Amino acid sequence: MSEIVVEINNLRTQFGNTIIHDGLNLQIQRGEIIAIIGDSGVGKSMLIHEIILLQKPTAGSIKVFGIEVLKLNEKRSVWLRRHCGMMFQNGALFSSLTVGENIAVPLREHTQLSERLIGEIVNFKIALVGLPVSAKNKYPDQISGGMTKRVAVARALALDPEILFLDEPTAGLDPSGAGAFDELIVKLTESLGLTVVVVTHDLDLLWEVTDRVAVLANKQVSAIAPMRELIKLEHTWIQNYFQGSRGRAAQQL
Amino acid sequence: MREFIQNPILATIKCNQIDTVFCTGDWTLDGIHQLEAQLEEFICSKNISTVMFDGSQIRAMDTAGAWLLYRTYKTLEQAGQTVSLQNFDTEHSDLLKMMSSYAAKTQLKTSIPTISFLENIGKTTYITFNNLINFLVFIGKTFTLVGREILSPSRIRWQAVFFNLYADGLTALPIIGMLAFLTGVVLAYQGGIQLSMYGANIFIVDLVGITLLRELVPLLTAIIIAGRSGSAYTAQIGTMKVTNEIDALSTIGIVPMELLVLPKLLALIILMPLITAYADVVGVFGSMLVAKFSFDVSITDFLHRFPEAVSTTNYVIGIGKTPIFATVIALVGCYQGFQVRGGADQVGKQVTLSVVQAIFLVIIVDAMLSVIFSWLGIGTLPNFM
Repeated sequence: MSEIVVEINNLRTQFGNTIIHDGLNLQIQRGEIIAIIGDSGVGKSMLIHEIILLQKPTAGSIKVFGIEVLKLNEKRSVWLRRHCGMMFQNGALFSSLTVGENIAVPLREHTQLSERLIGEIVNFKIALVGLPVSAKNKYPDQISGGMTKRVAVARALALDPEILFLDEPTAGLDPSGAGAFDELIVKLTESLGLTVVVVTHDLDLLWEVTDRVAVLANKQVSAIAPMRELIKLEHTWIQNYFQGSRGRAAQQL
Repeated sequence: MREFIQNPILATIKCNQIDTVFCTGDWTLDGIHQLEAQLEEFICSKNISTVMFDGSQIRAMDTAGAWLLYRTYKTLEQAGQTVSLQNFDTEHSDLLKMMSSYAAKTQLKTSIPTISFLENIGKTTYITFNNLINFLVFIGKTFTLVGREILSPSRIRWQAVFFNLYADGLTALPIIGMLAFLTGVVLAYQGGIQLSMYGANIFIVDLVGITLLRELVPLLTAIIIAGRSGSAYTAQIGTMKVTNEIDALSTIGIVPMELLVLPKLLALIILMPLITAYADVVGVFGSMLVAKFSFDVSITDFLHRFPEAVSTTNYVIGIGKTPIFATVIALVGCYQGFQVRGGADQVGKQVTLSVVQAIFLVIIVDAMLSVIFSWLGIGTLPNFM
């Protein structure tokens, strides 16, 4: 059994009378690519937001690297944010900064490196996510959607995090762009030893990239298994999700 | 388990007398900030022809540390020295290999184009001129639509007009009232002190009456409306532009300007004179209180003197200017909204521009009108002379 990097126990999230998560348990292992799937509005993104302290759950425990994050104070939570990278669904690049400056923001904020070294690290990250270095001086509104997502990944990777969270990384990309993004995720995981948590609806990504898939249904993680085992499970939601025409088409690949 | 993340050991190098450099500590973002200078120094001081980096004492390494080592390695190699690595973890040497595979791609070939002074002047002139033309085109389009709506008044979107009358007029009454009142108080007080030195307290009425009704209140109202409503127009239209809502309107078959510009223009033209009249009353009321309590001009005397001191012409000029101000504010606000390009941050920039331009133009128009009125000899002679 490999090392557990994120451990969620009995998590409960509630807004007024609406219960989002109730008694949710999840363990994420070092070095795996784990996907979280579920219907829209079931709280997949919210789960990620809770792990990186963007949203406070009602009750329960979330441990990252064995440390209870819900009890971290402001100063210590910086530690958590430094070791978790997050890519938001639409990139969330700072629109007044260039691509290079966007990636340099975390480096300038959290390290004491020289400008020259920061510039070189930025160039490296841009190359790492498969973009030409000439993209460095462009502004976010001058680049395509696929490039925006890659820049967002580069910014998330700026501080060499151990866990990378991706929220709908392939949504809105054309099939070849999405395929290239799948490859990028696998390559980064292998070369940097990352743990990747990805929220997605992209069936191809689920088949091609993930080690395990967690199904969020009925306010809990109702199943967690590699894809090949998952689709064989006797679970109504899973059968509905994967036995639609799109689900079957993706299986045949 | 994660202790080393929180307490980094500074990365350093120790050289022995022969040719081996021992790397120690955390070669990570937290550990390497002093290392860069140290390595530079090392590169400069080294005279021997072979260097061996020993990585056995490195506790942790990330891409930044690996890059720094790779960079040093390459610099030494280019200087003609034989460089080698020994005792590196597989994990660390994998990172170093990764650096060498990406190094070629990180070279930025094109530099940032610099703009020369003359080019900058030319560009700015061109953009300013273009903006002016665009603004004139916008005004032309708006008035074509206005003409069309006058011919068929059923096309006017009254619901939007009434909404704007409420949002830009009724809800602005408290703030405009308070500012007009305070302006009246301050003006009467400052003027009254000077006049009372000559025992001419009663002329406070002339002073505040003409100043407030003819100049100050219309201008003050216009400035508040520009800041309050003009900015809101730009923000609304700009946001709609960013989110493609303007295009959506056109697709549905609604002329965006007809829905977004004309009701605002019409509403402002209707409400500006009304608000100014209200602000006139409140402002004069403020002066009246000061005149009574500080300068012994009773309310009866004040009201008695008022029609003698302030001619109807002054009042009409003051009110008459406001529809022109309203037009300027609505046109600038809407035009700047349509000028938004690109992302959400542009909306903020355009709103600032809109308010500054609207206030600027209102004051310019006001000055021009003063000149025109004095040429025409309207309302120039004070009545008491």
